[in-house]
Amino acid sequence: MKGVQAVVIGASAGGVSALFTVLGGLPSGFAIPIVCVLHLPDDRHSRLAEVLQRRLLRPVCEARDKQPLRPGQIYVAGPGYHLSVERDFTLSLSQEPPVHFSRPAIDYLFYSAADAYGAGLLGVLLTGANEDGAQGLAYIKNSGGRTIVQDPRDAQVALMPEAALALHQPDHILTLSGIEQLLAALESSAC
Amino acid sequence: MTSERNTDIEIRLLIEAIYLKYSYDFRNYSGASIKRRILHALRQFGCQTVSALQERVLHDPGMFMQLLQYLTIPVSEMFRDPGHFLALRNEVVPLLRTWPSIKVWIAGCSTGEEVYSMAILLREEGLLERTIIYATDINPHSLDKAKQGIYSMQNMLDYAENYRIAGGRRDFAEYYTAAYGNAIMDSTLRENVTFADHSLATDSVFSETQLVSCRNVLIYFNKELQDRALGLFHESLCHRGFLVLGSKESVDFSAYSDRFEPLVKPERIFRKS
Repeated sequence: MKGVQAVVIGASAGGVSALFTVLGGLPSGFAIPIVCVLHLPDDRHSRLAEVLQRRLLRPVCEARDKQPLRPGQIYVAGPGYHLSVERDFTLSLSQEPPVHFSRPAIDYLFYSAADAYGAGLLGVLLTGANEDGAQGLAYIKNSGGRTIVQDPRDAQVALMPEAALALHQPDHILTLSGIEQLLAALESSAC
Repeated sequence: MTSERNTDIEIRLLIEAIYLKYSYDFRNYSGASIKRRILHALRQFGCQTVSALQERVLHDPGMFMQLLQYLTIPVSEMFRDPGHFLALRNEVVPLLRTWPSIKVWIAGCSTGEEVYSMAILLREEGLLERTIIYATDINPHSLDKAKQGIYSMQNMLDYAENYRIAGGRRDFAEYYTAAYGNAIMDSTLRENVTFADHSLATDSVFSETQLVSCRNVLIYFNKELQDRALGLFHESLCHRGFLVLGSKESVDFSAYSDRFEPLVKPERIFRKS
């Protein structure tokens, strides 16, 4: 998979352990920014970034408003705010109403990142009990980007990947370990 | 993809048309969110394209007022992020007290929830009588609501809980009268409040202030406009004045990062340095 400039990942129920797996194989010099929206309870604080960083031994931070995307950094959306990627490759937060009962919404990250990166974007949709992300993933594909859907048979909760597959034919349907291998090899195939 | 490209062009043209015709400047709002809000309005108004919406907005000021309700985001609650108000009470009020008269600017006050929260806090600290609060927003409908001070009774229960965690000292129900499912805020709370139409994108500073509260407004601005707004706040604030922002906002990525120093960092309370 050539020319990927950024990766966006969405997940809901079962998402934390799924993220551990798919991000677990990244090589140490990995230099593509990765932005994740995981559905979270609408509390003020989340320890997701901390937990991921300790587990992955890679730089992970909670996404902040106006923060520029840096190579190799992993960003996770905090609770209570939608997360978008702007066309100048910075992040932005907003408080529009929840989408599919969720704020942050995966769709909003996917739409905005597709507008920013076009064909340079890779979108990944994992396990979840909700249809959020399905339309956004199709939009990534429509905008020239690449898409991966977790194999519903491999997903802890199949609804989210199934919703995505009902809307478009992704480039790959893979298990978590298949996605892990693909992400790990991204850079060696980058042009 | 072609239609998407068209949409992006049309959105730019619409925003430009709104600026030329109505002087509302959304040109430096964060692109992703403004695009979603315009597309949402498009569906609500039953327009096929943004160009069609533009035609209606350009020729019908009433239509523009309706669109404005979509372009601004009136998400607010009283004592939102109670820890923030607790920190204001404990860390800022003792310093604010040292000024003989106090001016507070609530920029982007929306429907007024922040205004009443601030007024209640200042009253309980014995400061409201010597404070003038300027409450500004670009949306006249929101300002009208803020002036009326009438809120759904349902929300009041949540607000009462926020108020309690925020260090409230009384029964929250003392601050409003319940009627027909609504809560009507005690009008003496707004005796020293001036509500005014003011745009952080196009207007300038109107007063020296000791405290500026601008919560969950800057996130909708791009960096350039964010810098403009922070510049206005910096100019308005007196020496060592206070700036309070929303729970996910900071001055870190702005041109003013070294002109405000954190006082209570997790609660987004800064001081002019």
